[in-house]
Amino acid sequence: MNPASFDPVTAVLLIPIGAAALLAALPGYRLTARLNVVASLATFLAALSLFAIDRPPPGPYVLVDDLNIVFIVLNTFVGFTTSIFSASYIAHELDTGRLTPTYLRFYHAMYQIMMFGMNLAFVSNNIGLMWVAVEIATLSTVLMVGIYRTHAALEAAWKYFILGSVGIALALFGTILVYMAARPVVGEGQDGMIWTLLIEHAAKFDPALLNVAFVFLFLGYGTKVGLAPLHAWLPDAHAEGPTPISAVLSGLLLNVALYALLRFKILLAANPAAIAPGPLMVTMGLVSVVFAAFMLYRRRDIKRLFAYSSIEHMGIIVFAFGMGGPLANFAGLLHMVMHSLTKSAIFFAVGHISQIKGTQRIHRIRGLTVTHPALGWGLVVGVAAIAGLPPLGIFMSEFLVVTSTFARQPLLAIVLVFGILLAFGALLLRLTSVAFGRPRGSSAPAEASYVPMFAHLALVLVAGIYLPAPLVAWFQNVARLLG
Amino acid sequence: MQMHSLAFDVSHTLAGGLVLISFMMLYQDRLYSLLNVFALHALVLALSVAWQAYIQDAPHLYVTAVIALVFKAIVIPVGLHRIVKQLGIHRDIESAVGIGMTMLAGMGLVALSMVLMLRVTADADPLAREDLAFALSVVLLGLLVMVTRRNAVSQVVGFMSLENGLVLAATGAKGMPLVVEISVAFSILIAFIVIGIFLFRIRERFDSVDVSALDDFRGERR
Repeated sequence: MNPASFDPVTAVLLIPIGAAALLAALPGYRLTARLNVVASLATFLAALSLFAIDRPPPGPYVLVDDLNIVFIVLNTFVGFTTSIFSASYIAHELDTGRLTPTYLRFYHAMYQIMMFGMNLAFVSNNIGLMWVAVEIATLSTVLMVGIYRTHAALEAAWKYFILGSVGIALALFGTILVYMAARPVVGEGQDGMIWTLLIEHAAKFDPALLNVAFVFLFLGYGTKVGLAPLHAWLPDAHAEGPTPISAVLSGLLLNVALYALLRFKILLAANPAAIAPGPLMVTMGLVSVVFAAFMLYRRRDIKRLFAYSSIEHMGIIVFAFGMGGPLANFAGLLHMVMHSLTKSAIFFAVGHISQIKGTQRIHRIRGLTVTHPALGWGLVVGVAAIAGLPPLGIFMSEFLVVTSTFARQPLLAIVLVFGILLAFGALLLRLTSVAFGRPRGSSAPAEASYVPMFAHLALVLVAGIYLPAPLVAWFQNVARLLG
Repeated sequence: MQMHSLAFDVSHTLAGGLVLISFMMLYQDRLYSLLNVFALHALVLALSVAWQAYIQDAPHLYVTAVIALVFKAIVIPVGLHRIVKQLGIHRDIESAVGIGMTMLAGMGLVALSMVLMLRVTADADPLAREDLAFALSVVLLGLLVMVTRRNAVSQVVGFMSLENGLVLAATGAKGMPLVVEISVAFSILIAFIVIGIFLFRIRERFDSVDVSALDDFRGERR
C-alpha cells in the first residue's frame, strides 16, 4: 500500500468493524478463532504505524496525540495477545459444552466490536463521540459477560448492565454540562464538543458549571474505572464471564474509562478558577486501594481475587494522576501499562488453570507448580509482579508513586503504603496455597498457549530492569501534557 | 407581570410536568400502573422536545421527539406489558422502601438539584438554566426509582425515566450536536435491556434475604 494514502486511524477503526461482520457470518470456530487473531494482529500493526506515519491534524472527530497513542498501542497489543489466548481457551469451552458454536460466532463478533468501541473512544476528539464509543464497548462486554447464561452469569451481566448504564447516564449529563459551559465561548453546534477547541478556550469557561460537570463525569466514568464505592459490578463481571473477557476488562476497558477521565481532568486543569480535580481523584483512589486490599483477604474465588486486585491497582493509578506533577503522572502512566500487561497475563494463567481444575474455588486448587510447572510458575511470576515485588515492572512504578508522594504529602503516602502492603500480604497468602503444597484437583495436561502469558511477563520483567530511553522520553512528554 | 415569553412558559410547564410525573412513578406499587405512568412521561417528553425543536428552529430535534413518542411512549410500554403478563408478575406489589420515605427522599433530591443547578448556572440564559435544573431532578428521581425497586421491569422503567431526563437536558442545551444520535443510541440500549429481560426471564434483581444462597451463587462459600 502506498504509505501516503494509508491512514492508520481509519485502519484501527475499520479493521475491527470489518472483522466483526465477517466473524458473525462465518461458521466453524477454528477458522473464526484464527481470523480473530489475524484481525487483532492487523489492528495492532496499524496502531504501531501511528509512530511512523505523520499524524493527521486534529479534525472534528479524530485526534491523535502523544497521550492517546500510548493507550491505543497498549489496547491493540493486549487485544491481540488475548485473542491468541482466547483461541486456545474456547476450544476447551466447546468441548465441555459451556459454549455452542452459535454463541461462539457471536462471541468473536462481539470481541471485535468491543475493540472497535475502545479504539474509537481513544481516537475521538469529540466528547459526545467518546461517550458513544464507551457505551459501545460497555454494551459488547455486557453481552459477553452473560454468555454462559448460568444464573450467576446473568446476575453478573445484569448488575454490570444496570450500574454501567447509570454510570454512562451520569457521564452524559456531565458531557452536556461541559457543552453548556463551552457554548457561550466557543459557539453553538459542533465546535462546542471538540476537545482540542475546548482546551484552547477552557480558561474562559464558567468555572462553576465546569466543576459540576466534572463531578458528574468523575462519578460516571469512575463507575467504569471501578473505583470504590462504585465498583460493585466489577468482581461479578470478572468472575462469571469467559476468562479472555476478564483479561480485557481488567487490562483494557478500565483504561478506556480512565482515559476519558484524564481528558476531562486536563480540561479542568486548563481553567484556573475551577476546582482542582486532584483531591477528588486522590481521595477516591486511596479509598479504592484500602478497601480492595481488605476485601482481598475474604476471596474464595480465584478470578474474583484478581478482580479486587484490579480495583486496588486502578486506585493506585487514579491516585497517582490525582497527585499530578511530572513524576507522579509518569508513574501513573507506567503503572497503568504494567498493570494491563501483568493482569491480563495472570488471567491467561487463571483461565487455563480453572479449565483444568474445573473450578474457580481457591481451596480446590493446590500445588500447581508440581502438576503444571509452566502454568504454575507463570502464575507465581505474575502474582509476584502484581504484588509489587522487585525486579518486576510494577515494583518500579509503585516505588515511583510512593516516593513522589512521600516527598509531597507524607501522610497520604503512609495510607497508600498501608494499602499496598495489605494487598501484598493477601496475594502472597493465596498464592502459596494455590501454587505450592500437595497437588489437589485434576492434573490433566494443559492444552494451553503459553506464548501470550510469557510474552507479557517478559515485557514486565524487562521494563522493571531497563526502560529504553525513547520510551522514557515519550512518557515524560505525556506526563507533562497531563499537567 | 410580563417577564417571560410564551416560549419560556410552555417549555417550563412541560419540563415541570416531567418532574411531576417522575414523582407519580415513585408511589406506583403495581407494574401496570407504573408502565402507564411511564408512557405518560414519554409522551410529555415528546411534547417538550417537539416544542424545543419549534422554538429553537432545529428540525432535527423532531426526530428525537418522534423516537420518544413512538418508541418510548408506545412500543416499549406495550412490550413490557406483555412481558409482565407472560412472566406472571402483574399482581406483584412492591414494597422495597415505604412510599412516604421515598417521596421525602424525592423531594430532597429535587430541592438539591434546584439549589445546585440554579446557583451554578447563574449566568446562563434562563431557559436553558431552568431546563437543566428540571432535567437533573428527573435524572435523580429516575435513580431513586431504580434503587427503591426490586423488580427488573420496574428498574428498567426507572432507567428509562432517568434517560428521559438526559434527553430533556440535551435538547434544552441549544444547538448541542449529536442529540439525535445519542437518543438513537439510548433507544438501542433500552431495546437490548428489554430483550434481555424477556430472553433471560429476569424477574427479580436477584437479591434474596437468604444470604447463604447469595454466597453460593458468587462462589464465595468455603
